[in-house]
Amino acid sequence: MKIIVLLKRVPDTEAKILINQEGTGIREDGVKFVINPHDEYGIEEGLKLREKLADGSKVTVVCAGPEEATEAIRTALAMGADDAVHVCDPKLADPNPFTVSEVLAKAIQAEGFDVIFCGKQAIDDDLAQVQSILAEKLDIPQVNNATAFEMAADCRSAKLSRRIEGGDEKIETSMPAIISCDKGLNEPRYASLPGIMKAKKKEIRKKSLADLGIAEVPGTGRSRVLKWLPLPKGGECRIVAAEETVDAVRELARLLREEAKVI
Amino acid sequence: MAYQPLDFYNIEELLNEEEILIRDTTRKFVDKEVMPIIAEEWEAATFPKSLIQKMAELGILGPFVPAKYGGSEASYTTYGLICQELERGDSGVRSFASVQGSLVMYPIWKFGSEEQKMEYLPKLASGKLIGCFGLTEPDAGSDPRSMITRAHKDGNHWILNGAKMWITNGSMADIAVVWAKDDEGRIRGFVVHKEDKGFSAPEQKHKVSLRASVTSELVFEDVRIPADRELPNTSDLKSPLMCLTSARYGIAWGAVGVLQAVLDEAIRYSQERIMFGKPIASFQLTQQKLAELATDLSNSQLAALRVGRLADEGKMKHYHVSMIKRHNVNAALLGARKVRGMLGANGITLEYQAIRHMCNMESVQTYEGTFEIHTLILGEHLTGISAFSNT
Repeated sequence: MKIIVLLKRVPDTEAKILINQEGTGIREDGVKFVINPHDEYGIEEGLKLREKLADGSKVTVVCAGPEEATEAIRTALAMGADDAVHVCDPKLADPNPFTVSEVLAKAIQAEGFDVIFCGKQAIDDDLAQVQSILAEKLDIPQVNNATAFEMAADCRSAKLSRRIEGGDEKIETSMPAIISCDKGLNEPRYASLPGIMKAKKKEIRKKSLADLGIAEVPGTGRSRVLKWLPLPKGGECRIVAAEETVDAVRELARLLREEAKVI
Repeated sequence: MAYQPLDFYNIEELLNEEEILIRDTTRKFVDKEVMPIIAEEWEAATFPKSLIQKMAELGILGPFVPAKYGGSEASYTTYGLICQELERGDSGVRSFASVQGSLVMYPIWKFGSEEQKMEYLPKLASGKLIGCFGLTEPDAGSDPRSMITRAHKDGNHWILNGAKMWITNGSMADIAVVWAKDDEGRIRGFVVHKEDKGFSAPEQKHKVSLRASVTSELVFEDVRIPADRELPNTSDLKSPLMCLTSARYGIAWGAVGVLQAVLDEAIRYSQERIMFGKPIASFQLTQQKLAELATDLSNSQLAALRVGRLADEGKMKHYHVSMIKRHNVNAALLGARKVRGMLGANGITLEYQAIRHMCNMESVQTYEGTFEIHTLILGEHLTGISAFSNT
């Protein structure tokens, strides 16, 4: 079985994000980049499936991203993935979800696939579009925000759960399918030291757009980011004080009603 | 906000991909597995044994040992970075890894027979066996040659008598690498099993330092062990000292982790703590302390990395290690005390890390060659005259 796991390189959740001067992106100096945390659930699920099948199935990482994404790819290989495809092209400098999905679809088709796992969204832009566009392009079912996954014995279908408001939704899907993974699905393993040493020898196949037979960057012109702006500074803080707490509360309620008009 | 240690000189650029990956994976492990429990374990004076299997799975016990013995053949720089991250968690956790790797696996790898290596090393790397190292005695610390523990050859057996003290992991160890003098006064190394008759390892209590670490006495009363438990390739005192050089190297990196931890804590605290209507970070006395800490950290880090590179090129000498152990641990001890003070009354509680690291560093300053002995090793190197040798 060919198990594909998708990976995006994103700034660390804890990184302090500053917009660059031109307003075209973030300042990358001093920012730590990691595997998109939701994608880690996808990688883990792919590895678990391979271990369960134990029939020579392979886990292949597919990533479209800059040169620097190699470190994140290497981490996934250190966790245990078998090999990787890295689509890296200067034309992909400012990709939108449509572009990325088109590129990933081509790369995945070239690899062949039986199941695709990815995170439910990337934590940097939070767009959560790639899995759906990809499902359309590959013409396969998608199940989003999975919190449980179980492949049928014949590998032709799978049972899944997804968390919804107030409960769980049980789903059955045919295979191949694309599964976007949510927290709770599994506990991603650490990249162990022996894993890291082995990862050095694993293959990362670099591909340009031309290698994938893509002449023009697709999807540009559909939507584009005009400008990145920092959050507006918070307004002034007013402290409502009074000798008796009850009076302060009364005053606060009046201000919220009459001035802020929120209650 | 998660832990983001200062990297003032952009030392990240000097590390290769493998080094960065293993540092990050160890850091993540410490964040998730050590930080949530360590203050409680420290207060209760217990070593978190649940970490052993997890560390083994990460592959960080004796990482420099060849793969056929269960190691990862990692570089010494990588080993240093592992120690740095573990000690950021707690010196007790790093001490466990130092002893298991540098003081138990290292001597078996370097001085053991092939059979001994195959028997012990994979089990030590996978955490199935826990080891300890017995050199120091109640009356033989800085001067190990004055040890009184004796090994007498009796046919196909050795008989051990004596006592060791201040032995990390002692009471929970399955095996002990023990150093004893034979009838001719030559120091030899032995592997003692916890089941060996006449061997006991009572725990030493009431420590105010390294509380999340097991420290023990080892007692040998006519312990009779087969001759093939002797490590065949030792050369007198030089052999245990080689183990110590390896461990001390890791300790110097561990001190970097402590400096990173306390500086990180000091910067956050001083930016948040308001006094006289402004953050205490705006006071010159605070800024001076932060500047000094950052300088000590950056200097310690650069020195450790340089010695790591020397080790990987096979050029590291024991006096290189003496300089970084002496300098970095002293800087970490003084740094942790400084941050303890910056945190005011809050700094005396285990809610914050500084006092735990401060108390731990009192041990680290003393063990594995005291600050003073390392001073004299450097003095000997510079002058050719030993100030402590009794020969």
